[in-house]
Amino acid sequence: MPALMPVVSILLLLALWQAAALIVGGRLLPGPPVVAQALLREAESGALFRHMGVTLLRVLAAFALAMSIGVGIGLPMGRSPFIDRLFGPWLVFFLNLPALVVIVLAYVWFGLTEAAAIGAVAINKIPNTVVLVRAGARAIDEGLVDMARVYRLSPADRLRHVLLPQLTPTIAAAARSGLALIWKIVLVVELLGRSDGVGFQINLLFQTFDVAGILAYTIAFVAVVQLLEYGVLQPAERHCQRWRRMPADA
Amino acid sequence: MALVGPSGCGKTTALGIVAGLDRAFDGRVEVGPRPDGGPARIGYVFQEPRLLPWRTVRQNLALVLPWAQRRGPAVDAMLEALELSPFADRFPTQLSLGMARRVALARAFVVEPDLLLMDEPFVSLDEPTALRLRGLLSDLLDRRPTTVLLVTHNLREALALADRILLLAPSPGRVVAEVPVAVPRAARDDATIEALRRDLLSRPEPAFRLLA
Repeated sequence: MPALMPVVSILLLLALWQAAALIVGGRLLPGPPVVAQALLREAESGALFRHMGVTLLRVLAAFALAMSIGVGIGLPMGRSPFIDRLFGPWLVFFLNLPALVVIVLAYVWFGLTEAAAIGAVAINKIPNTVVLVRAGARAIDEGLVDMARVYRLSPADRLRHVLLPQLTPTIAAAARSGLALIWKIVLVVELLGRSDGVGFQINLLFQTFDVAGILAYTIAFVAVVQLLEYGVLQPAERHCQRWRRMPADA
Repeated sequence: MALVGPSGCGKTTALGIVAGLDRAFDGRVEVGPRPDGGPARIGYVFQEPRLLPWRTVRQNLALVLPWAQRRGPAVDAMLEALELSPFADRFPTQLSLGMARRVALARAFVVEPDLLLMDEPFVSLDEPTALRLRGLLSDLLDRRPTTVLLVTHNLREALALADRILLLAPSPGRVVAEVPVAVPRAARDDATIEALRRDLLSRPEPAFRLLA
């Protein structure tokens, strides 16, 4: 029974949606069958895959950028009180910067380019990653750091074998929340300044009030992001944490 | 050489200073360069094993070696010497404390240290395990002699392993006596150690009263 609960949950949501569609009626809130038709139509024309592919690439690029820069800033901030005090106020500023402001300024300063779009999305996620990684870095086991110093591990080895493994849970948490946040912002970036991608397509559909089309793209992309979460992020996290699950049988 | 004294007299701090971990002090500590001119290699057995829990036993040993030697025979030879070969691919979370301490010992020896620092390396082990580990350490030292600075509060342990014992007194931490142990290490059995201990405890100077 517990295994069936997600299915029951989704069926319940579909039923509620269908009921609401029957009550509201018409083009404003199409029911699941209509949206499924729209999905099929977009898939057959190839538009769905093209726009989703472009958006996915932007999501991945912004994600990689935000995670690596976020760790690169958060780790030293968590390890050094001096760096933390020096850059702490910047962090507060960037944390409170509205996503829209970053996007608009990026387009104004760097033009309607791919780099501006991806950079703007990454900047929106970086402060959040920094905060999480900084908290994780503060909790690092000093005993192991001392061990690494006595045995003269190189900075690269310290990072790879001593520091980053301790940050895995933090980085995994940042990656999860990051993926969800980033794809939402990528859509806004596409709507404002790109001529392809799911965000651009939703803007077109909005102009013709094609709600079925908008919902079709939304559902397709939520599904893809979930697939990434379960198919890539979670297995990667399990791999990094495998030492925890080993039974103590010696 | 063993540093013996009650808790709080600065034994661990002294090791930290020698290892270069603690720099908040006045004065100078010199750990001489190697004959080949390179910096002295230090092995450190901490009070806790301090193994990387996310790396296997073999990886924990390999990591402290320079890149070129990591895949060499040194790691496996050391695991063999400490009877750890069957556990080479285990993670430290799968080991008992005694076993983890043995890995920490192997890690300290695999770097072929010029100076070996040991901080209560056998504390909180049951007596048979501690005895066995002391025996292994003694064998390793016979095979590859090196300078050892051993911190312990256990006088028997110091008498079993050290050639020289420094007695420390607390607050302010200072050396109150230096005791050479003349009997060769191989000839020290339980009876000899007990006799040495009784002899020390019966000395009249105030320094030795701390031991009681």
